[in-house]
Amino acid sequence: MKNDLKLPVQDVNLEPFMATPPQYTRKKVLMKTDKVYKCKIINVIDLTEYEKLFHLKILDRVERKIFQFRPGQFVMLEVPGYGEVPISLSSSTNNHEYIELCIRKTGRTTNVLHEASVGAYVGLRGPFGNSFPMEKMQGNNVLLIAGGLGLAPLRGPLYWVSEYRDLYKDVHVLYGAKEPSQMLFTYQYNEWEKVNHINMLSIVENPDENWNGRVGMITELLDEIEIDPINTYAIVCGPPVMFKFVCNRLDKIGIPMNKMFVSLERRMHCGMGKCCRCMVGSTFTCVDGPVFDYWSVLNLKEAI
Amino acid sequence: MIYRVISKSEFRKFLESLIESNVTIGPVQSDVDRNNDPIYKFQQVHSADEIELDYTISYTAVKNFFLPYREKLSEYTFTDDDWDQTIEYRVHPRVLVGLRPCDINALNILDRIFYKGTYPSPYYISRRKNTFIIGLDHEPLPDCFCSSMNHHTVTEGFDVFCSDIGDSYYLAINSSPAFDFLKKFQVTVPTDEDDKSYIERRKFIKKSFKTNVEIGSLPSFLDIEFDSPIWKKWGDKCLNCGTCAMVCPTCYCYQVEENIAVNLKKASKDMMLYSCTILDFAEVAGGHNFRPKKEDRLKYRYYHHYRGFEENAKEPICVGCNRCGRACLADINPKDVINDLRLDNEERS
Ligand SMILES: Cc1cc2nc3c(=O)[nH]c(=O)nc-3n(C[C@H](O)[C@H](O)[C@H](O)COP(=O)(O)OP(=O)(O)OC[C@H]3O[C@@H](n4cnc5c(N)ncnc54)[C@H](O)[C@@H]3O)c2cc1C
Ligand code: SF4
Ligand code: SF4
Ligand code: FES
Repeated sequence: MKNDLKLPVQDVNLEPFMATPPQYTRKKVLMKTDKVYKCKIINVIDLTEYEKLFHLKILDRVERKIFQFRPGQFVMLEVPGYGEVPISLSSSTNNHEYIELCIRKTGRTTNVLHEASVGAYVGLRGPFGNSFPMEKMQGNNVLLIAGGLGLAPLRGPLYWVSEYRDLYKDVHVLYGAKEPSQMLFTYQYNEWEKVNHINMLSIVENPDENWNGRVGMITELLDEIEIDPINTYAIVCGPPVMFKFVCNRLDKIGIPMNKMFVSLERRMHCGMGKCCRCMVGSTFTCVDGPVFDYWSVLNLKEAI
Repeated sequence: MIYRVISKSEFRKFLESLIESNVTIGPVQSDVDRNNDPIYKFQQVHSADEIELDYTISYTAVKNFFLPYREKLSEYTFTDDDWDQTIEYRVHPRVLVGLRPCDINALNILDRIFYKGTYPSPYYISRRKNTFIIGLDHEPLPDCFCSSMNHHTVTEGFDVFCSDIGDSYYLAINSSPAFDFLKKFQVTVPTDEDDKSYIERRKFIKKSFKTNVEIGSLPSFLDIEFDSPIWKKWGDKCLNCGTCAMVCPTCYCYQVEENIAVNLKKASKDMMLYSCTILDFAEVAGGHNFRPKKEDRLKYRYYHHYRGFEENAKEPICVGCNRCGRACLADINPKDVINDLRLDNEERS
């Protein structure tokens, strides 16, 4: 008896998707999910002792074209051999030349990144996650409120409102930092105010001898501006304690909770709704977030 | 689906032929437990004699043939100042023999996440597409509660499913290759008598379940019970060892790590199955842990399993095999935890 029952082979490595670069915004399509876009670090700007701004250029022309994102989305940045970390996109959606990422040094992968110099190659996957509803905010006043490193994800919407400035009414940036030396992007404040007509207010908790600005908590900045609660949207980025305080204040002022947006941070190992590391209650921060309106945040189990 | 009947001796020949032509994996006794009861495991077999078709249940789940404990996601090769990434999906045509209905249903649940969900996984799909699955019914163990989860029968996700009707198997044939293979053997169209035995068999199995877990309205009452003191009671017992997730047929949380080869010329990005009960599951850089307490983590596992996520249509993903309960050194099992919660819920409302 010799019955040949050899199973047919279905080799996915030969399927058409293998020959095309993955397009991470097309979530339902089969793609080479772990393929990175190779990027060259073309510029590194020291911002503070712990934060640097990296300019990355995607080398492949096709991949560079595919890579389009919205404010609030993030990428998974990989240093081969060291690790992969989620980082918010910190650049303008209209900048097709390079990508800006502001990275704080806090662990294995981010430490090596801080050692990297211009010319080094890193890998990038993305963009992932949802984004701030910039279109919905049109015709309204916009409050962009950031604490500490929160200014990095806030730069996306900030670039957006600057580039489409006519579509928005008053735009305020309220920025709070622990110390003057920890303030990010100080070199841009002037441009935001003068060129983009954005009202920029900053405050620090612990001043040094050269500081002649405001001293106190970020919520105090809200007393300095006039807010029309009916026609105002707010985006709040920073550590959970900070956005809790700020959102509660905005609630008292009368801004509806579904017009305040925050960006949540969780541990992430895939960015694709698979590893489950980023779960909040029964929601994936990486796919359903990281942007949530404050009403949803209050209704998510274990969000804050 | 096409139904046929095959005698047990002819079925053996079918298995022998499959084994001759393919890598075949089946249940084999690998050890005995503390009560001297056999422990079964799925592993490669070289003859039909090695397969124990009357096995009770495998200690670990067959998910690991689709989601290995460790898998290389991509490889990097370093040259002077540069690197290159290569990705290859492993294709290993294989036959898996003897899966229980709940095992197959567990694969169907994983399919919803890795095959049909957002960002389908080519790693998983490659394995799933190239695996030929033969299912086999069985009498439940005293602690199985698959019937409560409605996973004691299976209607998809296999190539052939065999129901034991005495001297023969009643076959449900669910794929074209399976039908072609079976053409080469003596199979018959079921007679009325066969149909009757088949229905009897199904009724008998359904009646044999001794453990029942009341799961109706579970998703909504889990939300209500989110702050229940019951979680602390069970959380305090938990050792955070992660065993439950390792043996569970539907747990799939993972960790990604990068490793550099000793010669510094290569590196790999690897995924490793993980467990949400392990301490650092939700810990982020800077040391903040979003689930610092044992009860937070145990609760989260139950929450995921019985409330479900968007990804899986908010249905429970537990199939009711009780592998986690059997493996747990702290005696934590779904039946007792859920009953406790339910009692607490009734007292409160
Ligand atoms: C949506 C999102 C946007 C972010 N944007 C920025 C940004 O613009 N700039 C910035 O400096 N940081 C940002 N972070 C935080 C950043 O991802 C962590 O600082 C980084 O992962 C730390 O990695 P590490 O390897 O240096 O640290 P380690 O402690 O060695 O981390 C090991 C691994 O744990 C995971 N991990 C650890 N901490 C975090 C965390 N906080 N969030 C997610 N995963 C984590 C990563 O997978 C990492 O590889 C963001 C996080 C998220 C979730
Ligand atoms: S429930 Fe049991 S098996 Fe799971 S982590 Fe806790 S002690 Fe380990
Ligand atoms: S009983 Fe336990 S091991 Fe089996 S599917 Fe449910 S949670 Fe997983
Ligand atoms: S990061 Fe993996 S599921 Fe969200």
